Amino acid sequence: MVSHAEGGHAHAAPTGFIRKYIFSLDHKVIGIQYFLLALFSVFLGMGLSILMRIHLVWPDVKLPFFHGQISPEQYLALLTMHGTIMVFMVLTTAPQSGFGNYFLPIQIGAADMAFPVLNMLSFWTTFVSLVVMVAAFFVEEGPPIGGWTAYPPLSALGKIAGPGQGAGQTLWVIGLAIFCGASLMGALNFITTTVDLRARGMSLMRMPLTVWAWLVTAVLGLLAFGVLLAACALLLLDRVAGTSFFIPSGLLVTDQIISNHAGGSPLLWQHLFWFFGHPEVYIAILPGMGVASHLLSTFSRKPVFGYRAMVYAMCGIGFLGFCVWGHHMFISGMSPYSAFAFSLLTMSIGVPSAIKTFNWLGTLWGGQIRFTTAMLFALGFVSLFVSGGLSGLFLAQPSIDLALHDTYFVVAHFHLIMGVAAIFGIFAATYFWFPKMFGKHLNETVGKVHFWLTFIGVYCIFMPMHFLGIAGHERRYADLTGVDYLGGATHSGLWTVQHFISIVAFITIGSQLLFLGNFIGSLWRGKHAEMNPWESTTLEWTIPGPPPHDNFNGVEQVVYRGAYEFAVPGEAKDFIMQNAVPEAVGKKTR
Amino acid sequence: MEKHKSRDAGSTSVAVALSVLLLAFTLITVYLFVVKPWWFPPSITKIGDLIDSQFSRTLWITGIVFVLAQLGLAWVVFRYRDTGKRASHSEGNTGMEVVWTLATVILFVGLGAYAEDAWAQVHFTPASANALQVEVTGQQFKWSFRFPGPDGKFGNYKSVETAMQERNRGDQSASPWQLDPKDANGKDDIVLGPGSVLAVPVNKEVEMLIRSQDVTHSFFVRELRLKQDAVPGMTIRMHFTATKVGKYEIACAELCGQSHYTMRSELLVMSEADFEQWLKTMAANQ
Amino acid sequence: MPGTVANELDLTLPGGGGGAPPSSGAEGGGHGGRGGVPIPRRAYITGMTLGLGAILMFFMALTSSYIVRRGLGLDWKPFQLPRILWANTVILLASSVTLELARRQLSRGATEAFRSYWGLTTGLGLLFVGGQLYAWHQIRAAGVFISWNPSSSFFYVFTAAHGLHLLGGILALLYVGFRSWEKSRTTQPVATEVAGIYWHFLDGLWAFLLLLLSLGR
Repeated sequence: MVSHAEGGHAHAAPTGFIRKYIFSLDHKVIGIQYFLLALFSVFLGMGLSILMRIHLVWPDVKLPFFHGQISPEQYLALLTMHGTIMVFMVLTTAPQSGFGNYFLPIQIGAADMAFPVLNMLSFWTTFVSLVVMVAAFFVEEGPPIGGWTAYPPLSALGKIAGPGQGAGQTLWVIGLAIFCGASLMGALNFITTTVDLRARGMSLMRMPLTVWAWLVTAVLGLLAFGVLLAACALLLLDRVAGTSFFIPSGLLVTDQIISNHAGGSPLLWQHLFWFFGHPEVYIAILPGMGVASHLLSTFSRKPVFGYRAMVYAMCGIGFLGFCVWGHHMFISGMSPYSAFAFSLLTMSIGVPSAIKTFNWLGTLWGGQIRFTTAMLFALGFVSLFVSGGLSGLFLAQPSIDLALHDTYFVVAHFHLIMGVAAIFGIFAATYFWFPKMFGKHLNETVGKVHFWLTFIGVYCIFMPMHFLGIAGHERRYADLTGVDYLGGATHSGLWTVQHFISIVAFITIGSQLLFLGNFIGSLWRGKHAEMNPWESTTLEWTIPGPPPHDNFNGVEQVVYRGAYEFAVPGEAKDFIMQNAVPEAVGKKTR
Repeated sequence: MEKHKSRDAGSTSVAVALSVLLLAFTLITVYLFVVKPWWFPPSITKIGDLIDSQFSRTLWITGIVFVLAQLGLAWVVFRYRDTGKRASHSEGNTGMEVVWTLATVILFVGLGAYAEDAWAQVHFTPASANALQVEVTGQQFKWSFRFPGPDGKFGNYKSVETAMQERNRGDQSASPWQLDPKDANGKDDIVLGPGSVLAVPVNKEVEMLIRSQDVTHSFFVRELRLKQDAVPGMTIRMHFTATKVGKYEIACAELCGQSHYTMRSELLVMSEADFEQWLKTMAANQ
Repeated sequence: MPGTVANELDLTLPGGGGGAPPSSGAEGGGHGGRGGVPIPRRAYITGMTLGLGAILMFFMALTSSYIVRRGLGLDWKPFQLPRILWANTVILLASSVTLELARRQLSRGATEAFRSYWGLTTGLGLLFVGGQLYAWHQIRAAGVFISWNPSSSFFYVFTAAHGLHLLGGILALLYVGFRSWEKSRTTQPVATEVAGIYWHFLDGLWAFLLLLLSLGR
């Protein structure tokens, strides 16, 4: 059975429904499966954030399913699950496993991923992980409340540490461990495919920047998720097997002496978690950078400005991403001397990030910008990347972090940079590639309305949050009614800011229904898309949409040029496909 | 052909709209950061002032980069909208790449190096020998405090074993966070139990020994610009000299359970005389 | 080596030396009658190497936890590592040798001899796992459970994690050694080579872990 499966994609397309759509080995079907999983997750995650925002500003509102008002532990459960689902099931899944799966093989001229069975396993493992995590909502003690970082001892002690620390937290750890396995399989497949299955002539420096981004992301995933898996294994053992990796001696929890644990280190978890956690940030944002670079070039009809610098910058960001985890731990009790090194390394990540920004502007400079919805989202990405990135320069300095750590300033920073910017990358990719994936266009008018509402909305939500943080408003507070400084003399007005954020959040989240409607409506009766509607140059635009089962009908691809040959002087058309045969070669007969 | 025409028609209006939006958003952001309708409460330590000035230094640099980048984006979006012509061909400019790479290295890394002064004063310089010591202990969901008393020495707590033995003998209140009666150093310790407020004298250095009984908490006083996690199993030292009499909020900044948001206390900065009086009253209540 | 694709070729414009015209894989029946592009041997080696990288990161994370936790160790209590671990180590090292012998037989085309050596390798692997389980049994009998002390916690974690990886290796050996290769995208020599890399890696990993556990005891 497995031998059949392994050779599967090379044969004719499977005809049965299950092999075609459920346990498919086709990277395109798997990509769509990942995308739909992320789509479900993102609406779930946004639903949770609506509840959080309602509770924060109207704590007395009665809601169904919550036995009246939302309790503090329910709020923290919403917060934990919102963070976990968004980070893992949306930001890690959609841009990399979704679009990467679908387009990486096509863009490098391969018939499929290197290991199709592993690819299928990777998706279904991710699915199991989502099911396990969502199951945490339905257990008796409730979902976990320890935040997506799950710092022990709170997360390690079990029921005794309060609501949500029972079976819910255990399911969370198990779900995360399963997710690690899935991501490792995916990363391995992505790298092998890129390294070994490139078409003839597709040298590394001819690869589209999207492929580079997926490659660097996969390398980060390969090196980071194994560490998180180890951390999850140890945390699980602390919870269920009575070990003391993270639980120190002499704890007195809800008036009970914890005598069966001793000597563990809470900081050990933080080191392991953030060694994974910081690369994870780049796993979320790098594919967006790739998509933005690709789209800015395509829609301004110009080659990418400084292609090589872009590649080196991505590699630099990836490498430095592993050297800076300590900036999440400046106030954790870690050695203050190491903070110095972590701080300077973190500041230096600003350098490749700045190179990318300059080169994006350089790409647009002198172009002929076509404002498709996809391009608008790519431009929005650049704006958000700048805004969200710059606040990182504050948090990278340990002395400023003394004041800003664990406040809304941090919430604003990471939502802009790894949340919203990454989501804009996903949206840009969706509007760009939908015609190839389904042979139909998304509605551009609805798309543009969606863009304006979302772009204005996210800035109105997250820019004011910086001020909350500067004023000293802690994050992860379940109830603000008793907080003195919100109404105090020096801080009057913070309450108004919170209200404003909630109201804008409802509008912005509501406007995502436009996207959902557009998506479903266009699948059904969208405008027919030509083979290359955007006049783009990469290989996916040389085949029909949706592409045939093995992408190129078994025709071996040969690539003769880089991915961004726009407005080449002396050429009739303003774009040249990567596989266009140069005259000199075409004339040669062999 | 028709398709291309409609694209051109839409191009200018969208370009103008996006440019105006970016411009407006940049101006509003800059306005808010200049007017500061919501801002830090005034700092009450010298280190706090240092942090504030490093913050504004960073704000200046990031602000300039922010404005240049957003307005640059707005400009190219408007200037290089599709007019049906052919784009100019350029694949990059190595000279410019080198220049802005070096510029950002100097700017960002230099800024980072500048920031280390305040951090060094908080963490590398130990408290002076005559600093007033106070132990700050977090537990779900209250702060408690302890002064060493006239002898200047903290007494030991009971060992976990002793506390367990006492519990087994029926004393359910026994805990490893009670003073060990056998340790003479603890006799004069002034213990302010869970839910107390903390008073300190003005213009005198205070050294805190930050600890936690159960999960990780974080000691945070906005006006001190200080935050430090209270990690179970560790004793973390932190020192400050408050220069302004007043009442300030002590908050917990690390998620510690369902009632994390209620974990608050007060820091009372008093004149030396008031503080002595306060401490005497507290000692009398032991 | 089934691969006819030379991926590394950088076809410099115009035409370069390697500028062959696109050939249709569908009409070229050279890939055992299959339509698609076959997966080159290199891809399996790359995939396995990357997999080992990920596994190594996992064990390095555990190792650094071990070193950190040991360093904190006011409460660290050593215990006697069961002697059988050394016997197990010899068994595992021997299995690497028999695996190489098997591959040599295969390259000579001696299928029967390959199968017996390969089967012997699998058997030695199973024997190692059995021996590890016996080591667990011994220290449990001495009262050393996983929660007894961090020293024992790490012992169980390391041996269990390695053992699980080795069980995966045994499944791979069984699959590679005894499946049919007619419909496969790859060949038995490639599969045995890749399985061998994994097996030797686990062998070396165990030697490292045993050294770590006995030195850090």
